[in-house]
Amino acid sequence: MKLTLKVWRQKNSKAKGELESYQVEASEHMSFLEMMDVLNEQLIVEKKSPIAFDHDCREGICGSCSMTINGSPHGPQSGTTTCQLHMRKFKDGDTIVVEPWRSSVFPVIKDLTVDRGAFDRIIQSGGYISVNTGQAPDGNAIPIEKDLASNAFDAAACIGCGACVAACPNGSAMLFTAAKVSHLNQLPQGKVEQTRRTASMVAQMDKEGFGMCSNVGACEAECPKEISIEHIARMNREYVASIFGGRKS
Amino acid sequence: MNLDSKIPAGALGDKWTDYKATMPLVAPNNKRRLDVIVIGTGLAGASAAATMGELGYNVKAFTFHDSPRRAHSIAAQGGINAAKNYQNDGDSVYRLFYDTIKGGDYRSREANVHRLAEVSADIIDQCVAQGVPFAREYGGLLENRSFGGVQVSRTFYARGQTGQQLLIGAYSALSRQISTGKVTMYNRHEMMDLVMVDGKARGIIARNLLTGELERHSAHCVVLATGGYGNVFYLSTNAMGSNVTAAWRAVKKGALMANPCFTQIHPTCIPVSGDYQSKLTLMSESLRNDGRVWVPKKKEDAVAIREGKKTALDIAEGDRDYYLERRYPAFGNLVPRDVASRAAKVACDQGNGVAPTGLAVFLDFASAIQRYGKSAAHSQGLDESDQALIKKLGEQVVEEKYGNLFEMYEKISGENPYKFPMKIYPAVHYTMGGLWVDYNLQTNVEGLFALGECNFSDHGANRLGASALMQGLADGYFVIPYTIGTFLSKEIRTPEIANDSPEFIKAEKETADRINRLANSNGSQSVESFHRRLGKIMWEYCGMSRNADGLTKGRKMVRELRDEFYKDVFVPGDADEYNPELEKALRVADFMEHGELMILDALDRAESCGGHFREEYVTEDGEAKRNDADFTYVSAWEWDDNDPKLHKEELVFDNVELKTRSYK
Amino acid sequence: MSWITSFFSSSIGRKVIMSLTGLFLITFLIVHLIGNLQLIAGDGGEAFNQYAYFMTTNPLIKFVSIGLYAMIVLHAYQGLVIYFKNKSAKGGKPTAKNKADVKWASKNMALLGTLILFFLIVHMGDFWFKMKFTDTIPLVTYDGWEPIKNLYQQVTITFDNPLFVVSYVFSMVVLGFHLWHGFGSGFQTLGLNHSKYNGLIDGIGKFLAIVLPIGYAIIPLYYYFVMR
Repeated sequence: MKLTLKVWRQKNSKAKGELESYQVEASEHMSFLEMMDVLNEQLIVEKKSPIAFDHDCREGICGSCSMTINGSPHGPQSGTTTCQLHMRKFKDGDTIVVEPWRSSVFPVIKDLTVDRGAFDRIIQSGGYISVNTGQAPDGNAIPIEKDLASNAFDAAACIGCGACVAACPNGSAMLFTAAKVSHLNQLPQGKVEQTRRTASMVAQMDKEGFGMCSNVGACEAECPKEISIEHIARMNREYVASIFGGRKS
Repeated sequence: MNLDSKIPAGALGDKWTDYKATMPLVAPNNKRRLDVIVIGTGLAGASAAATMGELGYNVKAFTFHDSPRRAHSIAAQGGINAAKNYQNDGDSVYRLFYDTIKGGDYRSREANVHRLAEVSADIIDQCVAQGVPFAREYGGLLENRSFGGVQVSRTFYARGQTGQQLLIGAYSALSRQISTGKVTMYNRHEMMDLVMVDGKARGIIARNLLTGELERHSAHCVVLATGGYGNVFYLSTNAMGSNVTAAWRAVKKGALMANPCFTQIHPTCIPVSGDYQSKLTLMSESLRNDGRVWVPKKKEDAVAIREGKKTALDIAEGDRDYYLERRYPAFGNLVPRDVASRAAKVACDQGNGVAPTGLAVFLDFASAIQRYGKSAAHSQGLDESDQALIKKLGEQVVEEKYGNLFEMYEKISGENPYKFPMKIYPAVHYTMGGLWVDYNLQTNVEGLFALGECNFSDHGANRLGASALMQGLADGYFVIPYTIGTFLSKEIRTPEIANDSPEFIKAEKETADRINRLANSNGSQSVESFHRRLGKIMWEYCGMSRNADGLTKGRKMVRELRDEFYKDVFVPGDADEYNPELEKALRVADFMEHGELMILDALDRAESCGGHFREEYVTEDGEAKRNDADFTYVSAWEWDDNDPKLHKEELVFDNVELKTRSYK
Repeated sequence: MSWITSFFSSSIGRKVIMSLTGLFLITFLIVHLIGNLQLIAGDGGEAFNQYAYFMTTNPLIKFVSIGLYAMIVLHAYQGLVIYFKNKSAKGGKPTAKNKADVKWASKNMALLGTLILFFLIVHMGDFWFKMKFTDTIPLVTYDGWEPIKNLYQQVTITFDNPLFVVSYVFSMVVLGFHLWHGFGSGFQTLGLNHSKYNGLIDGIGKFLAIVLPIGYAIIPLYYYFVMR
């Protein structure tokens, strides 16, 4: 299949950047990234600068890959990361626009590579259970209801790719933050520091400069792990509770 | 060189307990003055950095990823073993130890493996406390499943994403230490060289991948947790970035590489579909719990399937060869990975393979769907003779168990695995070999430690499923935090290591030269094309089965390829900028040397054991033929460009009897 | 910063304000519609005028209405702050159009809200301002009553003008879209989201988003097409 790609090229974080057009010959069995590899090979042979993009596991779990394809983070197939998107989802002769995540909190490093350090800082602000190695009681000491564990897992399935921010017209990171809050707050082990965690992670999220959720639902629609905005509702609830119900500090 | 494994004296079951009780400690006030560098933030690295941070050491952690959460540990699907015996099925620390030794084909150290089995239970406790949402029963207690090569259910899992959940647990512990300031995190930094001062590992040269700047980082010791080198084969289930560079740089500074030829070929991966292919995708081994592996009995059926004239459904039950069940009735589809992989190769070599390339076998869930469907219909009081209903109910159960894997298979292959059996083929997955370490996980270089897949210690010649996660976390959470004290307790009087000593400056200069050489090379071929060629050579001559002629030829080809690489590689861009192609070039350069060492090791090991299968050494019925009399040793290689030197650590088995591994 | 101010300047705090004020305004819309439907009672405006008198003079209502104005201002102000903050969070770079399956209204709440604000200003200028602060509205006397302002007549005059009718009806369509997203969104922000009840909340939201605007739009249409 012959494709026209319009790819965002930006030399570094300070450069302006623009879309550039390329022709590429692909097979429908290729993954989207393999198609990008083919294009890069082509560019290297022509001694041009290849397109920089983050990628690693290519199994849809590391969360590295981050391309906005025809306006959709990770492309047209729902529940799928860029690396698992295959070219059979496109037609011969298609024009495909490939851009980086768009958010002022994720500055472009080069071409399609962005800096998602804000996510790490949100986790550092409270996305953990404070337990030192060796302090743990027996794994079966606290039974956890099967459905509850499963619900916590749904939230914990987040791969931290940032598609939610890229999809959100407000550039909000609520789905990412809520997924972590919801994962940990639901479990009995995480309940202990729920108040502090929720308040602190929301504060960090705001400090990073992410936008505010207006319940559009684009994050949920584009999330490659299909994480539900129910988790955002839980975080909202627990945030209000953490502020009004928490201790006076 | 005298390879002292430093295994403590005493009975096998008491070694670790006694050793912990008597080993030298570092007082909290001294810990504050000691710096530790950790390279890699996967399960082993993140857990080690977090735990050492908790203990009070000053930790600097490095990853080439944009975040510690992206390390390839995240892609492990199936589960993590632990000798908890929650299922009351006769499991114990000894049995896990024994299974691991046997599964590794008696090429690992008893004491290390026993320690691994001992701490396995603590890992589960720790992870549950961190909020890892393991699968649970309705009663709220932890669920287990069984895995290849064992006869108990001791694998804990979190759907098909166990590695992800464990890594996020370790990452969250690490994040907590970063927030307290005990760990300083360096993202997008790659270790380029190890710096030795007075014979001890005292720091690294790191490249800031965003700016290309070289940085000198000093510490009292260096811990490598940089994973395996499966990507030497180009096509593997490893992530695109996984590489041998950090470990190889250590080798260049005198560390020994142990058993490099021991690579694990995983039996259940999605087959290769074309030349453009960049990596292979694993389908969890847990699928073999319920899937039955087969190929058509008749060659003409296989050919018809390859040509698309027939599908698996057209092959009558009697015309199917469930070759694992036939050859290994005791373990059936759950034989260890090396055995299953080789059997698939044999079936395909005989011309019975499916898929257009002829390199695939079926993994069929039809009977599992029937079985589960019937049992569901029975328990719900529904009509057990209604085939459509049975199928529907059965598919629901299968979806619940393996839904995400089935979905992934469909995305990649474009085929519905509920309807047609999956097509699978073995692929490089894990490397048992790695840096030689003693019982303290210290390499032969003082102050240099290696954890997880990066070291060679626990899996012998073949790793059992769900044991990689166990080893990574065991090393990081429960071993290194203790054993590092054996070195650091002697360093409490050593002041902060300066990073402007001549050793650092020299190492930085050498690194810069190495980088510039590649950055300025103005050849005509891409790095990727060299890597692909290297992979082909390695797979052809040092892959699933090896022989002396092929290995000799392969070594020559790798050396020629290496020369060509330096002459004709083209690396676009500059050294002083974000340049992924340059990163790749530096890694491929190290793979070229490491690949040669793997071939040499495979050549030296004139026996078949575990994942290392030499065609010259087979039993009459085609099984691997081990040679315990001559090869019960660890090969530890000292690198030399022309003539790498082999050091041997004899393996002593006091507690288990060396037997022919039989899964029949 | 005290905990309370920090709450109200946090992202979720701001959204909670939007949600609470918005849901309050919806209850106002319901009450206001019930009152206004007296305009088509066919009694020449007697009930409506008496109701209007009551609404503008009763001290309790006066007190509540101050709250209402505050809610409107707060909702509009907070909405604008959120809009501009979100715009800067998103960054100004172009992106191909996202085709995610979400409600159009959800992505355009600021636009819809601004249109409603304009409508509100015009609407209040037409009736509320004239009623409260001018003497342009003639008086009418009913049995047992002092003369009161004949707001009914003012309505008749206003909706004689097709331009007003069209703009009122258009504004109600806009309101409909705003509510189509707003009602459910308010509950989501407050964390009142539960898979068992989401369908109900969504259903009520859609019901209100259709019924309230239609109810309001009937009035100008009735006046223009039936009464004239």
